[in-house]
Amino acid sequence: MARTALFGSSLVKKYWMALTGLFLITFLVVHAGVNAMIFWNDGGVTFNMVAHFFGTNIFIRTMEIVLFLGLIAHVVDGLMLWRQNRAARPVKYAMEKGSASRSWYSASMGILGTLILLFLIVHLWHFWVKSRGIVGSLDELPLDPEGQENLFALMVQTFENPIVVVIYVLGCFSLFWHLLHGFKSAFQSLGLNHKRYNPIIAAFGVVFSIIVPTLFALMPVSMYFGWIQ
Amino acid sequence: MGNMKLNLKIWRQNGSNDKGSIKDYPVNDVSEDMSFLEMLDVLNDDLVRKGEDPIAFDHDCREGICGMCSLFINGRPHGPERHITTCQLHMRKFKDGDTIYVEPWRAEAFPVVKDLVVDRGAFDRIQAAGGFVSVNTMGNLVDANAMPVRKADADKAFDAAACIGCGACVAACPNGSAMLFVSAKVSQYALLPQGRPEARERALNMVQQMDAEKFGNCSNIGACEIECPKDISLENIARLNREYLGATLSRE
Repeated sequence: MARTALFGSSLVKKYWMALTGLFLITFLVVHAGVNAMIFWNDGGVTFNMVAHFFGTNIFIRTMEIVLFLGLIAHVVDGLMLWRQNRAARPVKYAMEKGSASRSWYSASMGILGTLILLFLIVHLWHFWVKSRGIVGSLDELPLDPEGQENLFALMVQTFENPIVVVIYVLGCFSLFWHLLHGFKSAFQSLGLNHKRYNPIIAAFGVVFSIIVPTLFALMPVSMYFGWIQ
Repeated sequence: MGNMKLNLKIWRQNGSNDKGSIKDYPVNDVSEDMSFLEMLDVLNDDLVRKGEDPIAFDHDCREGICGMCSLFINGRPHGPERHITTCQLHMRKFKDGDTIYVEPWRAEAFPVVKDLVVDRGAFDRIQAAGGFVSVNTMGNLVDANAMPVRKADADKAFDAAACIGCGACVAACPNGSAMLFVSAKVSQYALLPQGRPEARERALNMVQQMDAEKFGNCSNIGACEIECPKDISLENIARLNREYLGATLSRE
């Protein structure tokens, strides 16, 4: 009985999708907030200080594990839903006018999610494995003017490559479309639908979906063009 | 106005084991005053006279309340207009020379019986799993108005009960989900005091049956609400999500 309550039905899968999605959204806020420190444009001193604090803080390091578990749950749950949804319509329509009743991105969450996942693998390879000393290490880089570990220098180095910058911007686009549906969808899945609050949730979702990916996309772009040094 | 010539592309499938395919049917002399089903009647009359097998399609009341008609017309359930069933669609909505695709609902849970007819028994089995209230009808009849019901709730329950179970929601959903139907059937009772005693079991059992019938999962796309002939609101799906969440967490 307990097993069914946690994993059983289509609705429970949707609750998990919504909860893990909202959790990943809170991570985006923290991640964007920390990385926005590069915009002080002080040669990365502030950013390196904050990054070092977060990288060594026991609470944040614990949440990092929870974050990976949350991400894996979101991906696995998404794949299960995708598989069932495909099986629910084995024969396709010869002529289907989806544009009459739905937005393309709301019906493409699986593909958008896959693009984000591919981006994440590249992104983790660029920064996370080095900053955690798994493959390579930040020690290979010179310290910053304040004598701190220089994650900022790794960013500058990584974003010298225009192909990398393009991949990051495309990743942010995928995130934008994924959030545009995902944010408000999470509330509906959890049963939070009310005439008075729906417009607020919808508007906040749109603003969030624009601001966060734009902020992320600005980081590689402004480093590539040398607006931040 | 003169009569129209149309090029119909209609799904033909001789039984559930046949592979099926789209066949062309050019028709002349279609009056703009005909309903879509009358147009098919005329075509079938013609086919019978020529000794061919007429096209099988579901229909009954032909006034938009029985939920039997079910065609996927030019890529949309019940055709291009909103808030109507196929029987309420008129040929004046099409132009002379138009090509019109006519297909059955496509879902694993709605197998094709013949041509455009699908078996919607899955909906009946979901309804039988909990879409009712148990009332003791022996002896003391309770006056219908004895139990007060909030007007706003009564209205919402009535709106949910407007669902005719046609299956357009499943047909429109890219996931083949039946959540709009199930949520309407759960809501029409969940909102009324008479429905509350069995509300938890109802939500659990109807969702369990829905999953067993192999419908897809709701991803809040909202196509069902747009294509529903009875304008059933997504609010009902949120209500089912709440009902089911409460029932799942509290069950022993």
